[in-house]
Amino acid sequence: MSKPKVAFFDFACCEGCQIEMTNYGAEPFLELLKHVDIVEFREAMSETTTEPIDIALIEGSFTREADRARLMEIRKRAKIVIAYGQCATTGGINALKNHQTDYKQFVYGTDSDLPHLDSKKAYGVDHVIKVDYYAYGCPVNKYEVLQILLHLLHGKEPVIPNYPVCVECKRRETVCRFDEGDHCMGMVARAGCGAPCPAAGIPCEACRGFVDQPNLPAFEKVLVDRAGFTPQRAAEKGRMFTANALEAS
Amino acid sequence: MTSTVHIDVHHLTRVEGHGNIIVNVTDGAIEKCEWQVPEAPRFFESMVRGRHYSEVARITSRICGICAVGHTLASVKATEDALGIEISAQSRKLRELLKHAENADSHVLHAYILVAPDLAGAPSVFPLVETMPDVVARALRLKRLCHEWGSLIGGRTTHPTTVVPGGMAEVPTVKELAELKQKLVAAVPDLEATLETVAALAPNIPAFDRPTEYIGLSSDEDYGLYDGQIQSVLPDGTKQRYPVADYRLVTNEFVVPQSTAKYTKNKLDSYAAGALARFNNNYDMLVPQAKQAAEMLGLQPICTNPYMNTVAQVVEVVHSVYDSLRLIDELLETGVKLEPLARPTKHGRGIQSVEVPRGILFHEYDYDAAGTCQGGNCIIPTNQNHNNIQHDFDVLVPQLLEADKAEKEMELALEMLVRAYDPCISCSTHHLDVTFVR
Repeated sequence: MSKPKVAFFDFACCEGCQIEMTNYGAEPFLELLKHVDIVEFREAMSETTTEPIDIALIEGSFTREADRARLMEIRKRAKIVIAYGQCATTGGINALKNHQTDYKQFVYGTDSDLPHLDSKKAYGVDHVIKVDYYAYGCPVNKYEVLQILLHLLHGKEPVIPNYPVCVECKRRETVCRFDEGDHCMGMVARAGCGAPCPAAGIPCEACRGFVDQPNLPAFEKVLVDRAGFTPQRAAEKGRMFTANALEAS
Repeated sequence: MTSTVHIDVHHLTRVEGHGNIIVNVTDGAIEKCEWQVPEAPRFFESMVRGRHYSEVARITSRICGICAVGHTLASVKATEDALGIEISAQSRKLRELLKHAENADSHVLHAYILVAPDLAGAPSVFPLVETMPDVVARALRLKRLCHEWGSLIGGRTTHPTTVVPGGMAEVPTVKELAELKQKLVAAVPDLEATLETVAALAPNIPAFDRPTEYIGLSSDEDYGLYDGQIQSVLPDGTKQRYPVADYRLVTNEFVVPQSTAKYTKNKLDSYAAGALARFNNNYDMLVPQAKQAAEMLGLQPICTNPYMNTVAQVVEVVHSVYDSLRLIDELLETGVKLEPLARPTKHGRGIQSVEVPRGILFHEYDYDAAGTCQGGNCIIPTNQNHNNIQHDFDVLVPQLLEADKAEKEMELALEMLVRAYDPCISCSTHHLDVTFVR
């Protein structure tokens, strides 16, 4: 039986999630190559294919109409589409400008009307195509990605956490950022990262997005009551990696 | 001489981000010869407006997945400059150690995964898993080492977590640093094997010289990766230094139609940034082992062959490993303790620079009294190289035509040239396409 064909594609992003694939070390990565054929991965290889793909991993956000056809073509060729990383799952950091109206003028000044500088609001790729699985995170958790791929290779459904980062902090006995006089987004942030940031003494910024149905009014109240935020800063806090969810709430 | 050529490389492979190469030659006349940058723009300078100073580096780190450490350091340094924050000697050493990790990490990736396939006649590293298994395993081993090295100091390498305004939010233990030292020492045979592999492949590096201006950070203290002044060196060896705060006078950004990234120039029509520019500016500050590596690989300042940038990167990997051993020894001697973060003492404008793997990087921010960011400006090394790549094309294409090169050979030569710069196009918000028209 031939090995499943896996391909990587990128849109508006930093390509850091693709780089994570090179960080496994020799043994795990060479073992992975025994079970899948990587057939297209522009950042790392010149080979391309027009053949059907078993698993397409798409990194990056949809930010301009010019990219719509390319996304639809990938969907047509791929049995399974994984939105790979936060830019692809929710729009990620790219959506942080979505509420602004003057971002083009601010960056490109009087040149901002040039047609090639066109860019609209940033969305996850499911704004355009159906996505089968989501690998959250900025960057992705490379071991979670491995778990997702292993489950799919075995015909199993990957399990993606839908509980808050607070659960992982409790599990590793990290002192709450609020008890340290800081703030945190952990209570509404999707877990699955292992909560490394609060353990390193810094707040969770929800780089894996929100859990489903986050209680945002309560979140803002806690920021004001316990971290001393102004109501305005509390309302803006949720924009970091989750601007589209905030707008939709 | 080749008289008719049409090259159209859409979304060049084995580079970070999207670029095109277009060359059209009809009856010996070059009608078009362009390096194009169609990357989707992302507007980071606009995004940081209204964000608290503690969030700004978290945002601008996301400009680049390969040089996230450098963006974080440049951003945090600029914020500290704006807010009058002085960090401790320990924090500075840890950040320098992290900077070395990133430089080595990115250079290993570039030399082994992105460039070596061209020199070995393969389309990517994947066929080399069969034909050169030892080299591929060594590449993955070194890449993993650099990842562990950077993660120990920075929390992780893609978008590091521990570097924050005021110092370091978390520090490694003495035991962890001693283990890192052991790992780096244990990697010396892999480093030496790397030099041998590069020396064996070096005859396949194209011979091409185009003298240009080379710009990088420079310091009287060290090789200038974490801090220094802007320095320019011309092909005749003339050097000039500029304060980092004057970066706009050196970069002179302008918009061109073929690129979503802005272009730059200083004394000449274009300038180069990156490992070769640093090597040409700061050769004297390399550790002896790195100078030996340069000699072994035939690299001398001032080198004007842009394809040799990859060789300069390998020399820098050697430098970063040995200079890190020095830093670790100093930290082990003094001990490492978690320090409280230094607090803001003022507000206003801050401008800072670091050397990232692809060259000199500038970040600038304005903050109000509440520590809220009013705006930012980031000038990325690849932006600074796009114009130089175009000028290389303008000289190289006529030479290739004159040498009667076939279209495919020309295409490969141009692709390899762009790859040699190790462009980070997402960063620069520009793209590469090669098109030759018949």
